[in-house]
Amino acid sequence: MSEPPHDNTDLLNTMKAACKDTLKCMQCGVCSGSCPSGRHMAINIRRLVKKAARTVDVLKDEQLWMCTTCYNCQERCPRNIDIVEAVFSLRSIAVREGIMLPEHGRVSGLLIRHGHAVPIDEERRKQRAELGLEEIPLTVQSCPEGLEEVRTLLRSCGFDRLTGNRNKSNARTETA
Amino acid sequence: MRGLSLFLGCVIPNRYPGIEMATKLCLAKMDIDCVELKGASCCPAPGLFRSFDRTSWLALAARNIVLSEELDRDILTVCNGCYSTLADANSIMKEDKALREQVNRHLGEIGREFKGSIEIRHIIEYFHRELGPQGIRKHVERPLDIRVAVHYGCHLLKPSRDRRLGSFERPEFFDELIESLGATSVDYPDKTECCGAGGGVRSALKEGSLRLAQNKLSRIKEAGVDCIVNACPFCHMQLDLGQEEIQRMTGAEYNIPVLHYTQLLGLALGFTPGMLGINLNVIKSNTFIQRIENGQ
Repeated sequence: MSEPPHDNTDLLNTMKAACKDTLKCMQCGVCSGSCPSGRHMAINIRRLVKKAARTVDVLKDEQLWMCTTCYNCQERCPRNIDIVEAVFSLRSIAVREGIMLPEHGRVSGLLIRHGHAVPIDEERRKQRAELGLEEIPLTVQSCPEGLEEVRTLLRSCGFDRLTGNRNKSNARTETA
Repeated sequence: MRGLSLFLGCVIPNRYPGIEMATKLCLAKMDIDCVELKGASCCPAPGLFRSFDRTSWLALAARNIVLSEELDRDILTVCNGCYSTLADANSIMKEDKALREQVNRHLGEIGREFKGSIEIRHIIEYFHRELGPQGIRKHVERPLDIRVAVHYGCHLLKPSRDRRLGSFERPEFFDELIESLGATSVDYPDKTECCGAGGGVRSALKEGSLRLAQNKLSRIKEAGVDCIVNACPFCHMQLDLGQEEIQRMTGAEYNIPVLHYTQLLGLALGFTPGMLGINLNVIKSNTFIQRIENGQ
């Protein structure tokens, strides 16, 4: 993988600060041994977190998105490192750098449009009516003012810019 | 004790409405004071949006919490993901004043303010703490003589320092609630293992995510059960719809009926499988349904 053209010192410092807790790691491997994703996918959580303090390449590594946030690693860590918190932080830094899996960008768009990551569809409207429920749930989906509030909030936080209206790199294609 | 507001989230009302109906029928029949939290949005999903941007995640969660604060009711969640987001966001903002002020500046844009005046409950945790297995048993009209594989799901149990529901390695409270309905909760390897759906993995890396689900389904199949019972619609989707996806991917067939606890409870309270939407699952549970309808 080629190095990005600009100086990464600031970015790496941000990553180090986000993972400060992980400096307590003694590389025992209980985390990766407890990781269900590690049993079935390529992720090695011990190595991933170790690498995060050394290179910005971690931000483009698809392994970062293989964590189901099950918390096994964090629960069993003998040094009480908040490993899942570190994963959340590293992912947020990646998103700020414009690195996001395509499907995650799409789901973010759904949240902005509908106020739901999984909005209602025709089939379920029918099922709801047959069950005796309101055809459209009494969530923001049947409350236009509520949906406007959600959009205002997301805009205020810059969520649309961060995830929706920006050309995103594709982590999948940049992973070795 | 404060009354409750029912927080639906996304997957329950929009993919598995049977779970919504089951929840509402059970709460009404058990005379639990609970109103629907109208105008609520996505919690927002912990694995996805907490990963993307902490501030947006907190702000949207805070809006949902504020809707219930304004009713002076605790939020009742029926989903481990919603529970994780709302309980974590609630305690983070209660504890971190600076962060709360930052989130409240955003909430000011929509004329709302987070006060930190309510608690977040999960229906399983609520049933166990407030009614207990004995209290649930009193409501049972149709004891269920069936073998169940319980799937706790990760975020009901962990982080354990925040959930405070005992051992995350060998929890028992959910098994007890299932057994209070007359059913047997069967032990199986990897019982507390993740279903594979969380963390945005199901949405973006589905094949890998389904390998985790397949591992669980294989273990459950070997244990020989009548159904799987879960506490979360996202685990429910992964274990139900996932069976069809795994079959397409690998040819492996499991055909195990999947029920949310509120649907199992609904059966024990005397409601029909049709009223509880059990027939709306991807895996058609005809044998199971017939067995329940014929009184086993």
